[in-house]
Amino acid sequence: MNGTKFALLLMLTGAATFGAAWLIGNAYVFFAGYVVLQYIALATAWNVLGGYTGYVNFGTAAFFALGAYTTVVLHKLTALPIPIMMLVGGLVSGVVGLGTGYLTLRLRGAFFSIATLALAVVVQTLITNWNFVGGSRGAYIVRPPTAPLLGIDYIQYLFLIMLLLVVLVLATARAIERSRLGYGFATIRDDEVAAEASGVPTLRLKLLATTMSGAFMGMAGAPLPYYVTYLDPASGFSLAYAVNGVAMPLVGGTSSWLGPVIGAILLGTLQQVATVTISSALNLLIVGLMLVAFVIVAPNGILGLLQDARERFRRPFAGRSQA
Amino acid sequence: MTPGTLLEVSGLGKRFGGFVALESIELTVAENERVGLIGPNGSGKSTLVNCMCGTLRHEMGTVRFAGRLLDGLSAHERTRLGLARSFQLPRPFNTLSLADNLRVPLLYSGRHGGQPIDARCMELLHMVGLADKSDRLPRDLTQIEMRKLELARAMAADPRLLIADEAMAGLSHGEVDDILSLLIRLNGQGVTVILIEHIMRAVMHFSQRLVVLVAGRKIADGNPTDVVRAPDVVRAYLGE
Repeated sequence: MNGTKFALLLMLTGAATFGAAWLIGNAYVFFAGYVVLQYIALATAWNVLGGYTGYVNFGTAAFFALGAYTTVVLHKLTALPIPIMMLVGGLVSGVVGLGTGYLTLRLRGAFFSIATLALAVVVQTLITNWNFVGGSRGAYIVRPPTAPLLGIDYIQYLFLIMLLLVVLVLATARAIERSRLGYGFATIRDDEVAAEASGVPTLRLKLLATTMSGAFMGMAGAPLPYYVTYLDPASGFSLAYAVNGVAMPLVGGTSSWLGPVIGAILLGTLQQVATVTISSALNLLIVGLMLVAFVIVAPNGILGLLQDARERFRRPFAGRSQA
Repeated sequence: MTPGTLLEVSGLGKRFGGFVALESIELTVAENERVGLIGPNGSGKSTLVNCMCGTLRHEMGTVRFAGRLLDGLSAHERTRLGLARSFQLPRPFNTLSLADNLRVPLLYSGRHGGQPIDARCMELLHMVGLADKSDRLPRDLTQIEMRKLELARAMAADPRLLIADEAMAGLSHGEVDDILSLLIRLNGQGVTVILIEHIMRAVMHFSQRLVVLVAGRKIADGNPTDVVRAPDVVRAYLGE
Protein backbone atom coordinates (compact mmCIF):
# COMPACT_ATOMS: atom_id res chain seq x y z
CA MET A 1 0.00 0.00 0.00
CA ASN A 2 1.54 3.31 -0.97
CA GLY A 3 1.48 6.50 1.05
CA THR A 4 -1.42 8.18 -0.74
CA LYS A 5 -3.64 5.13 -0.43
CA PHE A 6 -2.73 4.82 3.22
CA ALA A 7 -3.56 8.48 3.85
CA LEU A 8 -6.91 8.01 2.10
CA LEU A 9 -7.63 4.94 4.19
CA LEU A 10 -6.73 6.89 7.34
CA MET A 11 -9.09 9.67 6.33
CA LEU A 12 -11.87 7.17 5.70
CA THR A 13 -11.22 5.63 9.12
CA GLY A 14 -11.25 9.12 10.57
CA ALA A 15 -14.54 9.97 8.86
CA ALA A 16 -16.01 6.69 10.10
CA THR A 17 -14.82 7.49 13.64
CA PHE A 18 -16.44 10.92 13.48
CA GLY A 19 -19.61 9.41 12.01
CA ALA A 20 -19.75 6.75 14.70
CA ALA A 21 -19.28 9.34 17.45
CA TRP A 22 -22.04 11.40 15.84
CA LEU A 23 -24.40 8.41 15.68
CA ILE A 24 -23.92 7.61 19.36
CA GLY A 25 -25.28 11.09 19.84
CA ASN A 26 -23.78 11.62 23.28
CA ALA A 27 -21.76 14.83 23.70
CA TYR A 28 -19.49 13.08 26.17
CA VAL A 29 -18.25 10.72 23.44
CA PHE A 30 -16.67 13.69 21.67
CA PHE A 31 -15.35 15.04 24.95
CA ALA A 32 -13.63 11.76 25.90
CA GLY A 33 -12.75 10.89 22.30
CA TYR A 34 -10.79 14.12 21.98
CA VAL A 35 -8.49 13.01 24.78
CA VAL A 36 -7.91 9.61 23.21
CA LEU A 37 -7.14 11.22 19.83
CA GLN A 38 -4.81 13.69 21.49
CA TYR A 39 -2.95 10.77 23.04
CA ILE A 40 -2.68 8.99 19.69
CA ALA A 41 -1.01 12.10 18.26
CA LEU A 42 1.19 12.50 21.34
CA ALA A 43 2.23 8.86 21.50
CA THR A 44 3.02 8.76 17.78
CA ALA A 45 5.02 11.97 18.08
CA TRP A 46 6.96 10.48 20.99
CA ASN A 47 7.59 7.34 18.98
CA VAL A 48 9.19 9.25 16.10
CA LEU A 49 12.06 10.02 18.45
CA GLY A 50 11.77 7.34 21.13
CA GLY A 51 10.77 4.38 19.01
CA TYR A 52 12.51 5.02 15.71
CA THR A 53 15.79 6.52 16.93
CA GLY A 54 15.74 5.08 20.46
CA TYR A 55 16.07 8.39 22.31
CA VAL A 56 13.69 8.21 25.27
CA ASN A 57 12.08 11.59 25.90
CA PHE A 58 10.63 12.23 29.37
CA GLY A 59 9.84 15.83 28.52
CA THR A 60 6.70 15.24 26.49
CA ALA A 61 4.76 17.55 28.79
CA ALA A 62 7.09 20.47 27.98
CA PHE A 63 6.58 20.24 24.21
CA PHE A 64 2.88 19.64 24.65
CA ALA A 65 2.41 22.55 27.06
CA LEU A 66 4.48 24.87 24.87
CA GLY A 67 1.96 24.24 22.11
CA ALA A 68 -0.87 24.94 24.51
CA TYR A 69 0.71 28.12 25.87
CA THR A 70 1.47 29.35 22.35
CA THR A 71 -2.28 29.22 21.83
CA VAL A 72 -2.85 31.16 25.04
CA VAL A 73 -0.47 33.88 23.84
CA LEU A 74 -2.03 34.02 20.39
CA HIS A 75 -5.51 34.07 21.91
CA LYS A 76 -4.59 37.10 23.98
CA LEU A 77 -2.97 38.91 21.06
CA THR A 78 -5.18 38.12 18.08
CA ALA A 79 -8.06 35.95 17.01
CA LEU A 80 -6.72 33.23 14.78
CA PRO A 81 -8.43 30.02 13.66
CA ILE A 82 -7.30 27.00 15.69
CA PRO A 83 -5.55 25.21 12.79
CA ILE A 84 -3.27 28.25 12.37
CA MET A 85 -2.57 28.27 16.09
CA MET A 86 -1.66 24.61 15.85
CA LEU A 87 0.86 25.39 13.14
CA VAL A 88 2.40 28.14 15.27
CA GLY A 89 2.40 25.88 18.34
CA GLY A 90 4.06 23.17 16.28
CA LEU A 91 6.65 25.66 15.09
CA VAL A 92 7.49 26.79 18.64
CA SER A 93 7.77 23.25 19.98
CA GLY A 94 9.68 22.17 16.90
CA VAL A 95 12.27 24.90 17.45
CA VAL A 96 12.56 23.90 21.10
CA GLY A 97 12.93 20.30 19.94
CA LEU A 98 15.75 21.33 17.62
CA GLY A 99 17.42 23.24 20.45
CA THR A 100 17.06 20.27 22.79
CA GLY A 101 18.64 18.06 20.16
CA TYR A 102 21.58 20.44 19.78
CA LEU A 103 22.16 20.82 23.51
CA THR A 104 22.02 17.09 24.17
CA LEU A 105 24.24 16.02 21.26
CA ARG A 106 26.62 14.04 23.40
CA LEU A 107 24.00 12.55 25.68
CA ARG A 108 22.81 9.03 25.11
CA GLY A 109 20.54 6.62 26.91
CA ALA A 110 19.43 7.59 30.39
CA PHE A 111 21.42 10.85 30.28
CA PHE A 112 19.38 12.13 27.35
CA SER A 113 16.20 11.20 29.20
CA ILE A 114 17.30 13.06 32.33
CA ALA A 115 18.07 16.13 30.23
CA THR A 116 14.58 16.10 28.72
CA LEU A 117 13.11 15.79 32.21
CA ALA A 118 15.15 18.83 33.23
CA LEU A 119 13.86 20.68 30.17
CA ALA A 120 10.29 20.07 31.32
CA VAL A 121 11.07 21.54 34.74
CA VAL A 122 12.80 24.58 33.24
CA VAL A 123 9.99 25.34 30.80
CA GLN A 124 7.36 24.89 33.50
CA THR A 125 9.23 27.28 35.80
CA LEU A 126 9.44 29.88 33.05
CA ILE A 127 5.74 29.64 32.24
CA THR A 128 4.77 29.70 35.92
CA ASN A 129 6.62 32.99 36.28
CA TRP A 130 5.32 34.58 33.09
CA ASN A 131 2.50 36.89 34.07
CA PHE A 132 1.24 37.50 30.54
CA VAL A 133 -0.02 33.92 30.25
CA GLY A 134 -1.44 33.96 33.75
CA GLY A 135 1.56 32.68 35.67
CA SER A 136 0.65 30.15 38.31
CA ARG A 137 -2.94 31.50 38.39
CA GLY A 138 -3.57 30.11 34.95
CA ALA A 139 -5.37 31.56 31.96
CA TYR A 140 -9.03 31.52 30.98
CA ILE A 141 -10.08 31.02 27.41
CA VAL A 142 -13.64 31.83 26.53
CA ARG A 143 -14.62 29.69 23.61
CA PRO A 144 -17.65 30.29 21.39
CA PRO A 145 -20.45 27.72 21.70
CA THR A 146 -20.27 26.75 18.04
CA ALA A 147 -17.42 26.43 15.62
CA PRO A 148 -16.73 28.99 12.88
CA LEU A 149 -17.84 28.08 9.34
CA LEU A 150 -19.04 24.56 10.20
CA GLY A 151 -21.55 25.67 12.80
CA ILE A 152 -21.15 22.46 14.82
CA ASP A 153 -20.70 22.22 18.56
CA TYR A 154 -17.26 23.47 19.60
CA ILE A 155 -16.15 20.22 21.23
CA GLN A 156 -17.11 18.38 18.06
CA TYR A 157 -15.04 20.90 16.13
CA LEU A 158 -12.03 20.27 18.37
CA PHE A 159 -12.57 16.53 18.01
CA LEU A 160 -12.56 16.94 14.23
CA ILE A 161 -9.36 19.01 14.27
CA MET A 162 -7.59 16.51 16.49
CA LEU A 163 -8.77 13.73 14.17
CA LEU A 164 -7.16 15.53 11.23
CA LEU A 165 -3.94 15.95 13.18
CA VAL A 166 -3.95 12.23 13.96
CA VAL A 167 -4.32 11.48 10.23
CA LEU A 168 -1.42 13.81 9.45
CA VAL A 169 0.84 12.45 12.19
CA LEU A 170 0.12 8.80 11.38
CA ALA A 171 0.62 9.30 7.64
CA THR A 172 3.96 10.99 8.37
CA ALA A 173 5.06 8.30 10.83
CA ARG A 174 4.28 5.52 8.40
CA ALA A 175 5.96 7.33 5.53
CA ILE A 176 9.11 7.68 7.65
CA GLU A 177 9.11 3.99 8.49
CA ARG A 178 9.21 2.93 4.88
CA SER A 179 11.69 5.49 3.68
CA ARG A 180 15.41 6.00 3.58
CA LEU A 181 14.92 8.21 6.63
CA GLY A 182 13.34 5.30 8.51
CA TYR A 183 16.38 3.12 7.91
CA GLY A 184 18.60 5.97 9.03
CA PHE A 185 16.61 6.39 12.26
CA ALA A 186 16.81 2.64 12.91
CA THR A 187 20.59 2.65 12.60
CA ILE A 188 20.80 5.48 15.15
CA ARG A 189 18.78 3.31 17.52
CA ASP A 190 21.00 0.28 16.90
CA ASP A 191 24.53 1.68 16.71
CA GLU A 192 25.48 5.28 15.96
CA VAL A 193 29.15 4.58 15.29
CA ALA A 194 28.33 1.86 12.77
CA ALA A 195 25.68 4.13 11.27
CA GLU A 196 28.25 6.88 10.65
CA ALA A 197 30.58 4.32 9.10
CA SER A 198 27.78 3.35 6.75
CA GLY A 199 27.38 6.94 5.60
CA VAL A 200 24.41 7.92 7.77
CA PRO A 201 24.57 11.58 8.90
CA THR A 202 23.51 10.70 12.44
CA LEU A 203 23.61 14.23 13.83
CA ARG A 204 21.36 15.66 11.13
CA LEU A 205 18.88 12.80 11.41
CA LYS A 206 18.80 13.05 15.20
CA LEU A 207 18.00 16.76 14.99
CA LEU A 208 15.33 16.03 12.41
CA ALA A 209 13.78 13.49 14.78
CA THR A 210 13.82 15.79 17.83
CA THR A 211 12.37 18.63 15.75
CA MET A 212 9.60 16.55 14.18
CA SER A 213 8.70 14.85 17.43
CA GLY A 214 8.61 18.17 19.29
CA ALA A 215 6.57 19.86 16.56
CA PHE A 216 3.89 17.17 16.56
CA MET A 217 3.66 17.31 20.35
CA GLY A 218 3.23 21.08 20.17
CA MET A 219 0.51 20.69 17.56
CA ALA A 220 -1.27 18.16 19.76
CA GLY A 221 -1.16 20.59 22.67
CA ALA A 222 -2.25 23.71 20.81
CA PRO A 223 -6.04 23.16 20.96
CA LEU A 224 -5.90 22.24 24.67
CA PRO A 225 -6.75 25.71 26.07
CA TYR A 226 -9.95 25.75 24.01
CA TYR A 227 -10.81 22.26 25.19
CA VAL A 228 -10.29 22.86 28.91
CA THR A 229 -11.09 26.63 28.78
CA TYR A 230 -8.84 27.12 31.79
CA LEU A 231 -5.14 26.30 31.59
CA ASP A 232 -2.66 26.50 34.45
CA PRO A 233 0.94 25.22 34.49
CA ALA A 234 0.08 22.31 36.78
CA SER A 235 -2.39 20.86 34.30
CA GLY A 236 -0.53 21.83 31.12
CA PHE A 237 2.69 20.26 32.37
CA SER A 238 0.87 17.39 34.03
CA LEU A 239 2.88 14.28 34.73
CA ALA A 240 0.16 12.38 32.89
CA TYR A 241 1.45 13.59 29.51
CA ALA A 242 5.02 12.53 30.14
CA VAL A 243 4.01 9.16 31.57
CA ASN A 244 1.43 8.44 28.89
CA GLY A 245 3.78 9.62 26.16
CA VAL A 246 6.25 6.93 27.18
CA ALA A 247 3.80 4.24 28.29
CA MET A 248 1.50 4.21 25.29
CA PRO A 249 4.14 3.47 22.65
CA LEU A 250 5.85 0.95 24.93
CA VAL A 251 2.62 -0.90 25.67
CA GLY A 252 1.57 -0.88 22.02
CA GLY A 253 5.00 -1.54 20.56
CA THR A 254 7.55 0.96 19.29
CA SER A 255 8.60 -0.80 16.11
CA SER A 256 5.75 0.45 13.93
CA TRP A 257 3.30 3.36 13.65
CA LEU A 258 0.51 1.00 14.74
CA GLY A 259 2.03 0.42 18.19
CA PRO A 260 1.43 3.89 19.66
CA VAL A 261 -2.08 3.87 18.16
CA ILE A 262 -2.92 0.60 19.89
CA GLY A 263 -1.34 1.78 23.13
CA ALA A 264 -3.06 5.16 23.06
CA ILE A 265 -6.49 3.71 22.29
CA LEU A 266 -6.10 1.04 24.95
CA LEU A 267 -4.66 3.17 27.75
CA GLY A 268 -6.49 6.35 26.73
CA THR A 269 -9.87 4.63 26.70
CA LEU A 270 -9.14 2.77 29.90
CA GLN A 271 -8.28 6.03 31.64
CA GLN A 272 -11.40 7.75 30.36
CA VAL A 273 -13.56 4.86 31.55
CA ALA A 274 -11.79 4.76 34.90
CA THR A 275 -12.22 8.51 35.33
CA VAL A 276 -15.97 8.21 34.97
CA THR A 277 -16.58 4.92 36.73
CA ILE A 278 -13.97 4.70 39.49
CA SER A 279 -11.98 7.84 40.18
CA SER A 280 -10.01 10.40 38.26
CA ALA A 281 -7.02 9.86 40.56
CA LEU A 282 -6.71 6.23 39.53
CA ASN A 283 -5.64 7.04 35.95
CA LEU A 284 -1.92 7.06 36.37
CA LEU A 285 -1.97 4.03 38.64
CA ILE A 286 -3.51 2.04 35.80
CA VAL A 287 -0.91 3.33 33.35
CA GLY A 288 1.92 2.59 35.75
CA LEU A 289 0.76 -0.96 36.42
CA MET A 290 0.29 -1.64 32.71
CA LEU A 291 3.73 -0.25 31.97
CA VAL A 292 5.39 -2.43 34.60
CA ALA A 293 3.44 -5.48 33.44
CA PHE A 294 4.41 -4.93 29.81
CA VAL A 295 8.06 -4.25 30.51
CA ILE A 296 8.22 -7.59 32.34
CA VAL A 297 5.95 -9.76 30.20
CA ALA A 298 6.09 -8.20 26.74
CA PRO A 299 9.03 -5.79 26.37
CA ASN A 300 8.18 -5.31 22.70
CA GLY A 301 4.60 -4.37 23.45
CA ILE A 302 1.42 -5.77 21.96
CA LEU A 303 2.89 -5.66 18.46
CA GLY A 304 5.85 -7.72 19.68
CA LEU A 305 3.47 -10.32 21.15
CA LEU A 306 1.61 -10.52 17.84
CA GLN A 307 4.84 -10.85 15.88
CA ASP A 308 6.09 -13.65 18.14
CA ALA A 309 2.80 -15.48 17.73
CA ARG A 310 2.99 -15.14 13.95
CA GLU A 311 6.57 -16.32 13.93
CA ARG A 312 5.68 -19.41 15.95
CA PHE A 313 2.81 -20.12 13.60
CA ARG A 314 5.02 -19.88 10.53
CA ARG A 315 8.00 -21.77 11.89
CA PRO A 316 6.61 -23.98 14.64
CA PHE A 317 9.87 -25.86 15.17
CA ALA A 318 12.30 -22.96 15.08
CA GLY A 319 13.41 -22.60 18.69
CA ARG A 320 13.91 -19.14 20.06
CA SER A 321 16.88 -20.32 22.08
CA GLN A 322 19.36 -19.31 19.38
CA ALA A 323 18.79 -15.69 20.31
CA MET B 1 50.90 14.20 -2.66
CA THR B 2 52.54 12.08 -5.33
CA PRO B 3 50.31 10.86 -8.15
CA GLY B 4 48.86 7.42 -7.53
CA THR B 5 48.71 7.98 -3.78
CA LEU B 6 45.24 7.33 -2.38
CA LEU B 7 45.81 7.75 1.34
CA GLU B 8 48.41 9.87 3.04
CA VAL B 9 48.71 10.03 6.81
CA SER B 10 51.35 12.40 8.08
CA GLY B 11 52.47 13.23 11.59
CA LEU B 12 49.34 11.74 13.07
CA GLY B 13 49.19 11.76 16.85
CA LYS B 14 46.46 10.73 19.26
CA ARG B 15 46.36 10.91 23.05
CA PHE B 16 43.86 9.57 25.54
CA GLY B 17 44.51 11.78 28.54
CA GLY B 18 48.17 11.24 29.39
CA PHE B 19 48.43 8.08 27.35
CA VAL B 20 49.99 8.48 23.93
CA ALA B 21 48.14 6.04 21.71
CA LEU B 22 49.71 7.11 18.42
CA GLU B 23 52.80 9.22 17.81
CA SER B 24 53.75 10.87 14.52
CA ILE B 25 52.49 8.15 12.25
CA GLU B 26 53.49 8.44 8.60
CA LEU B 27 51.70 6.19 6.18
CA THR B 28 50.99 6.35 2.48
CA VAL B 29 48.92 3.90 0.54
CA ALA B 30 48.96 3.84 -3.24
CA GLU B 31 45.91 3.40 -5.43
CA ASN B 32 44.96 -0.28 -5.70
CA GLU B 33 47.60 -1.43 -3.20
CA ARG B 34 47.15 -4.23 -0.67
CA VAL B 35 48.67 -3.21 2.63
CA GLY B 36 48.88 -5.34 5.76
CA LEU B 37 48.93 -3.62 9.15
CA ILE B 38 50.15 -5.65 12.10
CA GLY B 39 51.22 -5.04 15.65
CA PRO B 40 50.80 -6.53 19.12
CA ASN B 41 47.54 -5.98 21.00
CA GLY B 42 47.19 -2.40 22.15
CA SER B 43 49.73 -1.09 19.66
CA GLY B 44 47.23 1.39 18.21
CA LYS B 45 46.05 -0.32 15.04
CA SER B 46 42.36 0.21 15.64
CA THR B 47 42.97 3.70 16.99
CA LEU B 48 44.74 4.54 13.75
CA VAL B 49 41.78 3.21 11.77
CA ASN B 50 39.39 5.19 13.96
CA CYS B 51 41.39 8.38 13.35
CA MET B 52 41.57 7.82 9.60
CA CYS B 53 37.84 7.09 9.38
CA GLY B 54 36.72 9.96 11.59
CA THR B 55 35.34 7.82 14.42
CA LEU B 56 37.96 9.43 16.68
CA ARG B 57 39.41 12.92 16.38
CA HIS B 58 43.21 13.10 16.42
CA GLU B 59 45.09 16.05 17.92
CA MET B 60 48.09 16.14 15.62
CA GLY B 61 48.83 15.51 11.99
CA THR B 62 46.73 15.21 8.88
CA VAL B 63 44.97 12.56 6.83
CA ARG B 64 44.56 13.05 3.10
CA PHE B 65 42.40 10.83 1.01
CA ALA B 66 42.27 11.02 -2.78
CA GLY B 67 43.97 14.40 -2.62
CA ARG B 68 41.52 15.78 -0.09
CA LEU B 69 42.27 16.85 3.45
CA LEU B 70 39.93 14.91 5.73
CA ASP B 71 40.42 17.01 8.88
CA GLY B 72 37.10 18.10 10.31
CA LEU B 73 35.06 15.76 8.15
CA SER B 74 32.75 13.49 10.08
CA ALA B 75 32.82 9.73 9.68
CA HIS B 76 29.82 9.61 7.34
CA GLU B 77 31.36 12.22 5.04
CA ARG B 78 34.52 10.12 4.79
CA THR B 79 32.45 7.05 3.99
CA ARG B 80 30.79 9.01 1.21
CA LEU B 81 34.20 9.91 -0.20
CA GLY B 82 34.93 6.20 -0.47
CA LEU B 83 36.72 5.35 2.77
CA ALA B 84 34.95 2.36 4.32
CA ARG B 85 35.89 0.17 7.22
CA SER B 86 34.70 -2.90 9.06
CA PHE B 87 34.80 -3.01 12.84
CA GLN B 88 37.00 -5.31 14.85
CA LEU B 89 34.06 -6.33 17.01
CA PRO B 90 31.10 -6.66 14.66
CA ARG B 91 28.56 -3.89 15.14
CA PRO B 92 25.52 -5.01 13.18
CA PHE B 93 22.23 -3.08 13.19
CA ASN B 94 20.46 -5.51 15.50
CA THR B 95 16.86 -4.67 14.69
CA LEU B 96 17.34 -4.82 10.92
CA SER B 97 17.44 -7.95 8.78
CA LEU B 98 20.71 -8.89 7.10
CA ALA B 99 19.51 -7.52 3.78
CA ASP B 100 18.49 -4.25 5.45
CA ASN B 101 21.86 -4.06 7.21
CA LEU B 102 23.42 -3.81 3.76
CA ARG B 103 20.65 -1.57 2.47
CA VAL B 104 21.75 1.22 4.83
CA PRO B 105 25.14 1.93 3.20
CA LEU B 106 23.58 1.46 -0.22
CA LEU B 107 20.99 4.12 0.63
CA TYR B 108 23.32 6.49 2.45
CA SER B 109 26.83 6.27 1.07
CA GLY B 110 25.73 7.96 -2.13
CA ARG B 111 28.18 5.75 -3.99
CA HIS B 112 25.67 3.28 -5.25
CA GLY B 113 25.23 3.12 -9.02
CA GLY B 114 22.02 2.53 -10.89
CA GLN B 115 21.65 -1.11 -9.88
CA PRO B 116 18.45 -1.96 -7.98
CA ILE B 117 19.19 -1.96 -4.24
CA ASP B 118 17.46 -5.28 -3.48
CA ALA B 119 19.53 -7.06 -6.11
CA ARG B 120 22.75 -5.52 -4.82
CA CYS B 121 21.94 -6.57 -1.22
CA MET B 122 21.47 -10.17 -2.35
CA GLU B 123 24.60 -10.07 -4.47
CA LEU B 124 26.66 -8.93 -1.48
CA LEU B 125 25.08 -11.55 0.78
CA HIS B 126 25.89 -14.21 -1.83
CA MET B 127 29.46 -13.01 -1.90
CA VAL B 128 29.90 -13.70 1.82
CA GLY B 129 27.71 -16.81 1.82
CA LEU B 130 24.80 -15.41 3.81
CA ALA B 131 22.20 -15.23 1.05
CA ASP B 132 19.92 -17.86 2.59
CA LYS B 133 19.65 -15.80 5.77
CA SER B 134 18.78 -12.48 4.15
CA ASP B 135 15.59 -11.98 6.16
CA ARG B 136 17.04 -13.08 9.48
CA LEU B 137 18.20 -10.77 12.24
CA PRO B 138 21.88 -10.48 13.23
CA ARG B 139 21.14 -12.19 16.56
CA ASP B 140 20.54 -15.43 14.62
CA LEU B 141 24.10 -15.38 13.29
CA THR B 142 27.22 -17.01 14.64
CA GLN B 143 30.20 -14.81 15.48
CA ILE B 144 31.86 -15.85 12.23
CA GLU B 145 28.80 -15.02 10.16
CA MET B 146 28.67 -11.65 11.88
CA ARG B 147 32.22 -10.94 10.73
CA LYS B 148 31.16 -11.74 7.20
CA LEU B 149 28.16 -9.45 7.52
CA GLU B 150 30.44 -6.73 8.86
CA LEU B 151 32.68 -7.06 5.83
CA ALA B 152 29.74 -7.14 3.42
CA ARG B 153 28.38 -3.95 4.95
CA ALA B 154 31.70 -2.19 4.45
CA MET B 155 31.76 -3.37 0.85
CA ALA B 156 28.19 -2.17 0.32
CA ALA B 157 29.45 1.40 0.68
CA ASP B 158 31.33 0.76 -2.59
CA PRO B 159 34.64 2.03 -1.20
CA ARG B 160 37.79 3.11 -2.97
CA LEU B 161 39.70 2.15 0.17
CA LEU B 162 38.48 -0.67 2.38
CA ILE B 163 39.96 -1.10 5.83
CA ALA B 164 39.27 -4.58 7.17
CA ASP B 165 39.90 -4.51 10.92
CA GLU B 166 40.53 -8.12 11.98
CA ALA B 167 37.87 -9.50 9.72
CA MET B 168 39.21 -13.03 10.11
CA ALA B 169 39.71 -13.47 13.85
CA GLY B 170 38.21 -16.76 14.95
CA LEU B 171 37.62 -18.05 11.46
CA SER B 172 38.63 -21.54 10.37
CA HIS B 173 41.42 -22.21 7.89
CA GLY B 174 39.00 -22.59 5.00
CA GLU B 175 37.00 -19.51 5.97
CA VAL B 176 40.13 -17.41 6.19
CA ASP B 177 40.92 -18.50 2.63
CA ASP B 178 37.38 -17.55 1.55
CA ILE B 179 37.66 -14.06 2.99
CA LEU B 180 41.16 -13.65 1.57
CA SER B 181 40.11 -14.57 -1.93
CA LEU B 182 37.14 -12.24 -1.53
CA LEU B 183 39.44 -9.36 -0.58
CA ILE B 184 41.88 -10.16 -3.35
CA ARG B 185 39.03 -10.30 -5.87
CA LEU B 186 37.82 -6.95 -4.61
CA ASN B 187 41.33 -5.59 -4.98
CA GLY B 188 41.36 -6.91 -8.53
CA GLN B 189 38.30 -4.75 -9.18
CA GLY B 190 40.29 -1.69 -8.20
CA VAL B 191 39.61 -1.37 -4.48
CA THR B 192 42.59 -0.50 -2.31
CA VAL B 193 42.65 -2.64 0.84
CA ILE B 194 44.28 -2.22 4.23
CA LEU B 195 44.16 -5.48 6.16
CA ILE B 196 44.62 -5.48 9.92
CA GLU B 197 45.16 -9.03 11.03
CA HIS B 198 46.86 -11.27 13.54
CA ILE B 199 46.78 -14.40 11.39
CA MET B 200 50.24 -14.16 9.86
CA ARG B 201 49.53 -16.72 7.15
CA ALA B 202 46.74 -14.49 5.86
CA VAL B 203 48.73 -11.28 6.21
CA MET B 204 51.77 -12.67 4.40
CA HIS B 205 49.66 -14.13 1.62
CA PHE B 206 47.64 -10.98 1.16
CA SER B 207 49.98 -8.04 1.65
CA GLN B 208 52.11 -6.42 -0.99
CA ARG B 209 53.48 -4.23 1.75
CA LEU B 210 53.53 -4.66 5.49
CA VAL B 211 53.37 -1.93 8.13
CA VAL B 212 54.13 -2.67 11.78
CA LEU B 213 52.88 -0.61 14.72
CA VAL B 214 54.32 -1.06 18.18
CA ALA B 215 53.23 1.04 21.15
CA GLY B 216 51.79 3.75 18.94
CA ARG B 217 54.81 4.10 16.66
CA LYS B 218 55.44 2.77 13.20
CA ILE B 219 58.56 0.64 13.43
CA ALA B 220 58.60 -0.98 10.01
CA ASP B 221 57.13 -0.46 6.56
CA GLY B 222 58.09 -2.39 3.45
CA ASN B 223 58.28 -5.72 1.73
CA PRO B 224 56.47 -8.28 3.96
CA THR B 225 59.23 -10.92 3.94
CA ASP B 226 61.85 -8.33 4.86
CA VAL B 227 59.68 -6.67 7.48
CA VAL B 228 58.98 -9.83 9.46
CA ARG B 229 62.71 -10.50 9.66
CA ALA B 230 63.59 -7.01 10.77
CA PRO B 231 65.22 -7.10 14.22
CA ASP B 232 62.88 -4.44 15.64
CA VAL B 233 59.81 -6.39 14.61
CA VAL B 234 61.12 -9.68 15.93
CA ARG B 235 61.98 -7.98 19.22
CA ALA B 236 58.51 -6.45 19.50
CA TYR B 237 56.78 -9.76 19.00
CA LEU B 238 59.14 -12.19 20.70
CA GLY B 239 61.08 -10.02 23.13
CA GLU B 240 64.84 -10.06 23.37
